[in-house]
Amino acid sequence: MNTVESTAVAATGETKSFKDIVAFIRSELKPKGKIFTPFNIISAPIILLGAFLVVYRLVKGLGAVTNLSQDFPWGIWIGFDVMVGVAFAGGAYVLTFVVYVLRSEKYHSIIRATVLNGLLAYMFYAGAIFLDLGRWWNITNPLFGNKFGANSVLFLIAWHFLLYMIAEFVEFSPAIAEWLGLKNIRKFLGSLTLGAVVVGIALSTLHQSGLGALFMMAKGKIHPLWYTEFIPVLFFVSSIFAGLSMVIFEGSISHRVFSDQIDHEDHASYNGIIIGLSKGCAVAMFVYFFAQLLIFIHGWHWSLLNTPMGYWYLAEMIGLVAIPCFMFLQGARYGNILLIRIAAILTLIGIIINRLNISIIAYKWWIPLSERYIPSWMEIVITLAIIFTEVWAFRWIVNRMPVFRKPPEWAKEKH
Amino acid sequence: MGIDRRTFLKGLGTGVAAAAPAGVAAGSLLLPGKVGAKAAAENREFMGVLVDTTRCVGCRSCEMACADAHNLPMPNGDASVLDKKRDTSETQWTLINRYKTEKGEVFAKKQCMHCNQPGCVAACLVKAMEKKKEGAVTWDDNCMGCRFCMVSCPFDIPKFEYGSAVPKIQKCSLCWEKLQKGEKPTCVEACPAEALTFGTRRELIEEANRRIYRDSGKYISHIYGEHEVGGTGYLYLSSVPFEQIGFRTDLGTIAYPEYSKGFLYSVPIVLLLWPALLVGVSTLTKREGEVRSKEGGEKR
Repeated sequence: MNTVESTAVAATGETKSFKDIVAFIRSELKPKGKIFTPFNIISAPIILLGAFLVVYRLVKGLGAVTNLSQDFPWGIWIGFDVMVGVAFAGGAYVLTFVVYVLRSEKYHSIIRATVLNGLLAYMFYAGAIFLDLGRWWNITNPLFGNKFGANSVLFLIAWHFLLYMIAEFVEFSPAIAEWLGLKNIRKFLGSLTLGAVVVGIALSTLHQSGLGALFMMAKGKIHPLWYTEFIPVLFFVSSIFAGLSMVIFEGSISHRVFSDQIDHEDHASYNGIIIGLSKGCAVAMFVYFFAQLLIFIHGWHWSLLNTPMGYWYLAEMIGLVAIPCFMFLQGARYGNILLIRIAAILTLIGIIINRLNISIIAYKWWIPLSERYIPSWMEIVITLAIIFTEVWAFRWIVNRMPVFRKPPEWAKEKH
Repeated sequence: MGIDRRTFLKGLGTGVAAAAPAGVAAGSLLLPGKVGAKAAAENREFMGVLVDTTRCVGCRSCEMACADAHNLPMPNGDASVLDKKRDTSETQWTLINRYKTEKGEVFAKKQCMHCNQPGCVAACLVKAMEKKKEGAVTWDDNCMGCRFCMVSCPFDIPKFEYGSAVPKIQKCSLCWEKLQKGEKPTCVEACPAEALTFGTRRELIEEANRRIYRDSGKYISHIYGEHEVGGTGYLYLSSVPFEQIGFRTDLGTIAYPEYSKGFLYSVPIVLLLWPALLVGVSTLTKREGEVRSKEGGEKR
C-alpha cells in the first residue's frame, strides 16, 4: 500500500488549484494494494449478485425477492439492516461525547475510525430503507412537499437520519480536507466539530430510541415479554453498549488489517482503550439488565417464563446480556483483552437477537412456523452485499485519508 | 409540532363520546339514514356503519358490491369459501366470515374499522393515510410504501401489493367519494337484510343501544367499537361474546396513537435541553492553560 505518497502530496501543496485537486482525486481512485485477497474473492461476487438482485427487486416489486407477507410487513431489511445497523453505529455518538464533550484524550486515536464507521453505517444500513420502500420514488416526500406526517415516529426518524448523516459528515470532514491538502477549509471544518457533535448526540438520543418507539403501536402483536412502553428507553441504552462493542470488534480487526498505518504510540495505548470501553459496556449493560428486570417484575409475566418464548427470553437476557456484562467486568479488571473481545461478540449477537425478536421473531408469535416470515436467500444476499460494500468503502477511505494514520504535519496542532 | 392535529382528533373523539349520552337522553326518533346524510354534508360528526351480526344472512352481497364499485376482482361466489376463515386482502376490501358459536352459525363482516384515532394515520409520515372529516380512513398515492401503517393497525387491515412494482396499500375507504356527496357506502346499499346501518357514530350507538334494550335476550350488552381502541367508525352488535366471532377483545380502549405519544412529547424536550446541557458540560471540561484541541470551542 503506497499510502505514504498520497499523504506526502497532500502535505506539500500550499495552495492548490481546483485542477490539482481533481487530478489528485483521479489518481486516488485507482485501487491500492492487492486485488485478489481472500476477502475480495468472496465479497466481489456477492456484491455483484446483490446489485443484480437490487435491480430485479426495483423492476419486479418486493414480492419477487422477499418473503414478506401481509402478516409480516417488515423483514430483515428493517429488522436487521436498519434496526441492528443503527444500533451498531451508536459508538460514534458515545465516543464523540466522551472525546469532545467530556474531553477525554484517551480515546482520540480511535475517534475518526468510529465516526467514519458510524457515517458509513447510516449511509448503507439506513440506506437499506430505500430498498424496502415499496414506493421508493416517493422517498423525498417526508422532506419536501406539503403533506408532512409530523405526528409520525417514522417522520422523526427520517429527518433525524438525514440530519445525523450530515452531522457525522461534518465530524469526519476534517479528514477529507487533510487528504486533499486544503488547509483553510480544514481549519473551518474543524471549527464546526463541536457543534456537529452536540447536535449529533441530541439526534442520536432521539432516533436510537425512536426506532424502538416504532413498535409502540404494535401493541398486541409483540409478545408481552418483549413489548413494553419502555422499548424506546431500552433501545437507547442498548445502543450505547452495542456501539461500544462494535468499536471493540471493529477495532480488533482494523488494528490487524491496517496495522502499518498505526504508529507505535497508538498501538501501545490501544489495550488501555479496550479496557476503558469494556468498563463502559459493563456499566451500560448493567443498567440495561436492571431496567429489563424491573420491567419484567412490573409486567407480572412470571407464568410466561415457563413457555418456549419464555426460554428464548431468558436465553437473550442471561446468555446475551448478563453473561457478557460480567465478562466485560472481569476482562476490564484483569486486563484480559481476549475475554473482552468474546464479550463484545456475544453482546453484538445479543443485539441482533433482540432487534430481530421485537421486529420478527416475537412479532405475532402465535402464528405457526409454516406461515411465519423467514427471509429468502435473495434478501440475505442483498444484506450481505450491503455489508461488504460498506467494508469496501471503509477500506477505500482508510487507505487514503488519515483515519488510523496521524494527520499531516500542518494539521498537527489540532490533535 | 403537529400536536394540534392530535388534540383536534382527541377533542373530536371526546366530543362524539360526550354527545352520545346526550343524544340518548334527547331520545331522537329521526331515521339514522336521513340525518346521517345531512350531517355528512355539514361535516360535523364522523360517519360510521352499524353491523348487526344477528341480521346478517351471509349472502355476501356486500362483497360483490364492494368489488364491483372499486374495480377489484369479483370474489368466488361459491358458498364453500365460507368453510374457511378468510382475511381481507389487497384484492378484497371486505368479506363475510362464518362462525360456529354457542347460538349456532353467525356471520360477521370484516373490513377497515375506521378508527376515530387511527394507528395507521398516526404512523404515516407523509399523510398518505388520512382520517377524513366524514370519518373515512383513506389512502393516497403519495405513500412511500414503508408499511408502518400495517405494523400500527390493531386490526391488521392495510394490505400491500407485494406483487407489483408500483404497489399500493389496499383497504376499505368507507366509499369516501360517495360520502362526500352525502351517499351511503356501497356495501350498506347492497345489504338486503338490513344488517348494515349507515349514520353518524352518535346515532348508530344510540340505535345499537335501543336494539339491545328492546331485545336484551337476543343481544349481548356490548357494542364492539364503541370504546375499543378509542372508538371505531364501524360498530358491531352480536348475540354471542365477540371472541367467538373472530374479534380481538384484548385491544383495550386507549386509542393507538396514544402509545407513541409519550415518546413524541419527549422529542422537543431532548432537542432543546440536550444541546444546552452538552455545550455547558463541554465548556466546563475545557481545561485552561493546557494545550489541547480547540476544535469548535467557540461554536455557539
